[in-house]
Amino acid sequence: MISYAECSARERLALVVDTGSFHEWLPPALKLTSPHLAQLGVPSSFDDGVAIGRALLAGQTVFVAAQEGQFMGGGVGEVHGAKLVGLLRRALRERPRAVLLLAESGGVRLHEANAGLIAVSEVMRAVLDVRAAGIPVVVLIGGSGGCFGGMGIVARCADHIVMSDIGRLAMSGPEVIEASHGVEEFDSRDRALVWRTTGGKHRWLTGDCDVLVEDDVVAFRTAAISALGAVRPVTMESLEAEHARLSARLAFDGAEATALWSSLGVAGAERIPDLDVAGVLALGA
Amino acid sequence: MSLQPGLETLDYTFTGTRPAGAFAPVLVGVVGSGNLEVLLEPAPGDDCSIHIETSARGFGSIWAAVVRDFHQRHSLAGVQLSIHDMGATPAVVSLRLDQAARELQS
Repeated sequence: MISYAECSARERLALVVDTGSFHEWLPPALKLTSPHLAQLGVPSSFDDGVAIGRALLAGQTVFVAAQEGQFMGGGVGEVHGAKLVGLLRRALRERPRAVLLLAESGGVRLHEANAGLIAVSEVMRAVLDVRAAGIPVVVLIGGSGGCFGGMGIVARCADHIVMSDIGRLAMSGPEVIEASHGVEEFDSRDRALVWRTTGGKHRWLTGDCDVLVEDDVVAFRTAAISALGAVRPVTMESLEAEHARLSARLAFDGAEATALWSSLGVAGAERIPDLDVAGVLALGA
Repeated sequence: MSLQPGLETLDYTFTGTRPAGAFAPVLVGVVGSGNLEVLLEPAPGDDCSIHIETSARGFGSIWAAVVRDFHQRHSLAGVQLSIHDMGATPAVVSLRLDQAARELQS
């Protein structure tokens, strides 16, 4: 078993799609780097932290992007965002079977300020355009950096989310919440708390992700293949159902994730932090 | 040594004896804390030129020793190496350079 979390973005790409099938667009040798980072004394990356291209998945053509969480925390800068948008727009033209986003990002790359914010909003719009065209957008979340901020929103704009128990998905990251609301509100160093409120098991139990897998590249590949036909049309009915689901969550009057899980009808919720993926899946079934 | 903002850029050129010939560009490593990326590309002539951008200023003499050592081991000719460094130690730099050279052989 190869840990998905411990792989680099390029290693994940190589292992998730069919062997040797990844064809990269705007590869590192083109040196399409950030126009902003050098001015701030920060080294650039030859791919600006994301690799994009086409590949085969179980023999079917997919478009794929993989964010490198080790570079600037996977932050979306101007070039990084433009690569994602370009990939999605090309998908509208060439109609692959699906678009896979191997997300690992803290959100907007703050060094690039408005350029990064605009880039993320363009990615969201492009994701919704691809969905509207009937092409599923599938997000895989299992990097140690998680999927936060603008990329957290992008993920929830997609058709289908696959997470490992190590994966994390949220808007504001733990440190951000602590900085803005104080340590009494959220202790970002309490790892168990962080995973109870953002981790894959929590997201799966609350219905925020579709599939929960082990931290294993093969498990992610298998889940991605299963998601190839996972089109979830955006309709008024589906949006209203989603709003109703989230409104119901607001009615929850408790302070702990375990209480939330209990309120959702999960039996033995207090044991969940100690359970492995198989144990949680057994509970939810 | 005063702490200055900005990247330091370093360039080194050697003449190699082992022509690399034509090959697809190779990228190894990631620009993360204590790590670096190395892009190895074909170049005309017999030179092995190395371009470095690093966030850790003031270590030129150590870089010179590390790349000289790399060249003594591999003596590549007709290549351009480009490095983006975020404070990698000399040992990590040497390993990444060897990794890039090994990818060339495979």
